[in-house]
Amino acid sequence: MAFIKEFGCWLPRRTVTSEEAGAWVGSDAEWVKNVSGIEERRFADETDTVADLAARAGSDCLERAGVEAKDLGMILLASGTGGRAFPGPACSAARLLGAEGVPALDIPIASAGSLFALSLASRLAAQLGPILVIGAEIMSRIVLREPRERGVAVLFGDGAGACLVTPDSGRAEIIDSVLASDGTYAEDLMLENGAPLKMNGRSVILQASRKIPAAIRAVLERHSIEPAAVQVFLMHQANQNLLDKIAATLGVPAERFFSNIRRYGNTSSASLLIAACEWFRAEGFRPGAPAVFAAFGAGFHWGALLARGAGA
Amino acid sequence: MDRRSKLIEILTNVTKKDIHIAPEDSLFESGILDSFALPDLVSALEQEFSIQIPDSDLNPRKFDSLQRIEEYLDSRG
Repeated sequence: MAFIKEFGCWLPRRTVTSEEAGAWVGSDAEWVKNVSGIEERRFADETDTVADLAARAGSDCLERAGVEAKDLGMILLASGTGGRAFPGPACSAARLLGAEGVPALDIPIASAGSLFALSLASRLAAQLGPILVIGAEIMSRIVLREPRERGVAVLFGDGAGACLVTPDSGRAEIIDSVLASDGTYAEDLMLENGAPLKMNGRSVILQASRKIPAAIRAVLERHSIEPAAVQVFLMHQANQNLLDKIAATLGVPAERFFSNIRRYGNTSSASLLIAACEWFRAEGFRPGAPAVFAAFGAGFHWGALLARGAGA
Repeated sequence: MDRRSKLIEILTNVTKKDIHIAPEDSLFESGILDSFALPDLVSALEQEFSIQIPDSDLNPRKFDSLQRIEEYLDSRG
């Protein structure tokens, strides 16, 4: 068994409006909002590293949980913007957290990284003890690279989210998950060293709009749960239009899909946990009610995870 | 109704736009189709022609013009 004990998050102070971002590519705020739902995003300070953001979100999570970093069994850090081939930011984040000696593993698969990390944590917690899952990204340093593409530069922001997965008790039990990867379209969404982000938006949206609902249905059907019975869908915040399309495909009200993309843009692997953190603090798990986490991203990697509010 | 007319009807329903385009012209470049209408087009093709389009065939280029859509449908028999 594995449980979600607590969430944490950290967002940079600097806000970049869609008016400012749109001007980079000869567009305006209205166009950015129409194609993505994004009105503003946060950009990290020049001196911040991914490990810094990760440690701040991780500390927020651990403090709220009342757990010390030295007592963790593992740290899993999802990030696609670590900045170098190796070592990734996980070991630096662990050091900043004071988790000396705790194994820290990078999951550098970008948008679906936090979902994969949550799923892995749910399977490893019984053997290793509490696992801190973090998603942290500094996408601004990628999108500001020249040439700035219209369909890329305005979409992304910086931030970090965290989740503590424990083997004994928590706010929700992680019931099941489905994960999948398909390298057929690996070049449709990729970031090569020092290069601008390359994204075939048509391919990404087409695949995501089919694979995300299929993954959600698959994990729900294993437990005879209808989409309408799910309390909340906590998604990778890629694009508001995509979230709305997935909700329509599943036949549930769009309001059931928590969204904060308007304020933060797409923060890649961080977005799922930032969204979960904000939703959890505003509403929280209802005892016995299903909650679904889902993500899709570069690779392509995608999947869905089913949790159920504890205490029913 | 022939297949070309049926395709234009499907595109009209999906995009809510009048379709006046040469068979080989790009539906994307002409502004008829966008990223979020494409999945709806694929679903409509599946329904109308009673086929299941596998994820491995979900390449936007296969659906970028009336001609390419017809070629894809031909390949499906």
